[in-house]
Amino acid sequence: MEAFLSNIDKVVDGFSWTVRLTLFSALFSFLLGILLTAMRVSPVPLLRGVSTAYVETIRNTPLTLVLLFCGLGLNSALGLSLAGSVAWDVFWWAVVGLSAYTSCFVSESLRSGINTIPLGQVEAARSLGLTFTQNLRLIVIPQALRTVVGPLGSVLIALLKNTTVASVAGLGVQEASREMKLMFDQGIAPVLPTFVGFAIGFLILTLPLGYFFGWLSKRVAVAR
Amino acid sequence: MSAQNVLFDVPGPRARARYAVYTVFTVLAFAAALAVVYLGFNRTFGEGAPPLLSARAWAVNPEGQWAADKWAPFLDPATWTDYVIPGLQNTLTAALLASVLAIVFGLVFGIGRLSDNRGIRTVSGAVVEFFRGIPLLMLIFFTMALPIAVNQLLQAFGMPPLTPGTFQVTALTAVVTGLTLYNGSVLAEVFRAGINAVPKGQSEAAYSIGMNKGKVMRLILIPQAVTSMMPAIVAQLVVLLKDSALGYIIAFPELLRSFTLIGTRYGNVIPAAIICAVIYVVINISLSRLAIWLERRNSRRGRATPHVGAVGVEPSDVEPVGAADTGKRPDEPGGH
Amino acid sequence: MRFRRISTTLAGASVLALSLAACGTAEVGGGGGGEGEGEGDRITIGVKYDQPGLGLLEGQAPVGFDVDVATYIAGELGYSPEQIDWTEAASANRESFLQQGTVDMIVATYSITDERKNVVDFAGPYYVAQQDILVAADNDDISGPEDLDGKVLCSASGSRSANNIVDSEEDGGLGIGAELREAGNYSECLELLGNGTVDAVTTDNTILAGFAAQNPDAYKMVNNPFGEEKYGVGLPKGSTERCEEINAAITKMWDEGVTTEYLETAFGETGFAYAEEQPAVEGCA
Repeated sequence: MEAFLSNIDKVVDGFSWTVRLTLFSALFSFLLGILLTAMRVSPVPLLRGVSTAYVETIRNTPLTLVLLFCGLGLNSALGLSLAGSVAWDVFWWAVVGLSAYTSCFVSESLRSGINTIPLGQVEAARSLGLTFTQNLRLIVIPQALRTVVGPLGSVLIALLKNTTVASVAGLGVQEASREMKLMFDQGIAPVLPTFVGFAIGFLILTLPLGYFFGWLSKRVAVAR
Repeated sequence: MSAQNVLFDVPGPRARARYAVYTVFTVLAFAAALAVVYLGFNRTFGEGAPPLLSARAWAVNPEGQWAADKWAPFLDPATWTDYVIPGLQNTLTAALLASVLAIVFGLVFGIGRLSDNRGIRTVSGAVVEFFRGIPLLMLIFFTMALPIAVNQLLQAFGMPPLTPGTFQVTALTAVVTGLTLYNGSVLAEVFRAGINAVPKGQSEAAYSIGMNKGKVMRLILIPQAVTSMMPAIVAQLVVLLKDSALGYIIAFPELLRSFTLIGTRYGNVIPAAIICAVIYVVINISLSRLAIWLERRNSRRGRATPHVGAVGVEPSDVEPVGAADTGKRPDEPGGH
Repeated sequence: MRFRRISTTLAGASVLALSLAACGTAEVGGGGGGEGEGEGDRITIGVKYDQPGLGLLEGQAPVGFDVDVATYIAGELGYSPEQIDWTEAASANRESFLQQGTVDMIVATYSITDERKNVVDFAGPYYVAQQDILVAADNDDISGPEDLDGKVLCSASGSRSANNIVDSEEDGGLGIGAELREAGNYSECLELLGNGTVDAVTTDNTILAGFAAQNPDAYKMVNNPFGEEKYGVGLPKGSTERCEEINAAITKMWDEGVTTEYLETAFGETGFAYAEEQPAVEGCA
């Protein structure tokens, strides 16, 4: 355990990247997820098709491959750069990949939330003269969001843990699991204490999130 | 389909014109994106590339990713029999085993969290939150390292280490254990949410006709919860199947690993990744379709309850909003 | 009864899953020459499957320098090539495989370090690799680590090779101001190098030579090596006797000139100037 503790600065540095990846990806995937859901129920058939095709393709591809396409494909082969330095360039590409992937799950959760809204609600809204966007914004999305707070919490936690994949797949963001791998591949610290230390680090991040969303979902639950 | 549209009215002439404009824009954006990807992978995009409209830019560049020799290995049957098929077999074995175990794990702990007994509730909650909180990569790795851990513990207590071979964790066991613990705990949350989402009246009615707690759970709540949460359950099983790819860390020879090896052997990382992605998408979409088919078959038989979210509405009105515009049945995960 | 239907489906699936599991793990690439039908003892050896020149899975069996060395050592221990079962050894499972007896030994670019010696035994080293740099064939700017200042350097996940260059001198590095880009493995690094996203790839010269040999027109090695990585044969803790046998085998292998033949087969076509002297054997603990 001493070897692990003497490297604590690296551990903290790794987790700081994990947190940054999670925050930015969560924001973008939430926005993209809402957009995808709106497209999915929109009146324009092609938009519905695009949203469906996007969600079905990305959702069914392993995250490793999604990130590989971002890192080796968009970034390297197409030469698109998002930042001046390599560390931030790969960071933003990892955010792009993680958001592209996670937004599908946000969208699927929201859609199952929409499925629980009684039809009468929307009909009433339309009979009041609300347009499609108003209907979505004022009636459907708020209720859907409240029903899926729990699942969205799970998606967020999954995202946080999925950031570990960003250390491989042609990007190599220096997040926590990469620091861990370095530590035992190069024999800086013995395997078990290192593993336990990092597992605790992740639990410190995920457990409060889990309990917070559990509490929140009860708090905002729609009584039916 | 307009009769089924519930979120918007039948479009008039101006709306139809607007929709046409949106459609054209979408098509153009899509075509542009496709062209950029094609040229980028062809290495004829960006600085120093031939002009965009020249034939040279669009012809297959032998140094790009579309070069024939990068794709030729996939025409060789040996590539499929030596790498892809065994890899696929391992992926499916691990995924199937882990799915079954994860559903059982999920039901046990999901119901456990709803128990009236405070102790059971706390323990189930702790188990679920714990395994939900650790990255799968680390769970797999830890299971693999268990024999080392046991030996180190034995040593710490001054006992002789195990003889090699008595306690083995195979790569398959490690992957399945990791997948079960993680996805099982997510499924536990899904089941719990599903059971909570069943209207109170359902269980009240069941109690009032004299059912006990077990019966209410078994006959009333779980069937409805499973039905309403089917999309989430299938989605999680798809996640599970994809996550089996993380077995590469302990050299579990699954599908993605096979394609990594192909990419290394023939120097065609990107073509291998594309074909690998296609295979995963095909498998996962088939899985979703299978679930829909099963679900539809089941619901056509003895299902009398209207859709969960639509209690108090006439059974004929219970098409849920999200599925309505695609003309699908309410219990479908929609759009697959 | 809806629930009953769900449970029958579940039960059906579990039976199917269990029967699948009973077939065990399908072997990618098969177990080498593992056709022998119960003819005496067998030996299981862990090698890399993803490193050209050292251990690369080619269809049915792995090939490369490590594989040749392992076959020779097994021969000296009394196992014919037909009695060898190959298994893939990845960085993360090497120690577990040795400890739990999944493999009898590991010959997989396994560097001897003091930390690892706490958990496993090492015979050898059978080869001492050095670190080198791989660049695009038309790159003349870079001829050694000192030219990497301000360049982008690729290193594979979990490898510290690149850190040896960029870390400050107090941390045991060369203190050169290069930017790091880390890829999942070396094939990805080569992809990045081919696209010009990175300027150079650095790691053990054996590994680089193997990749350069795959595409000699596109990449070249700088041949300006530094540092050292002692490749040992990994054994379960407490196998002193076998370790001595293997050390004798390694010495014999070098004395007979077989090692040089193996190196020539693996790296002959590249410009890689491999070591031709046996490294000093370390004692078995």
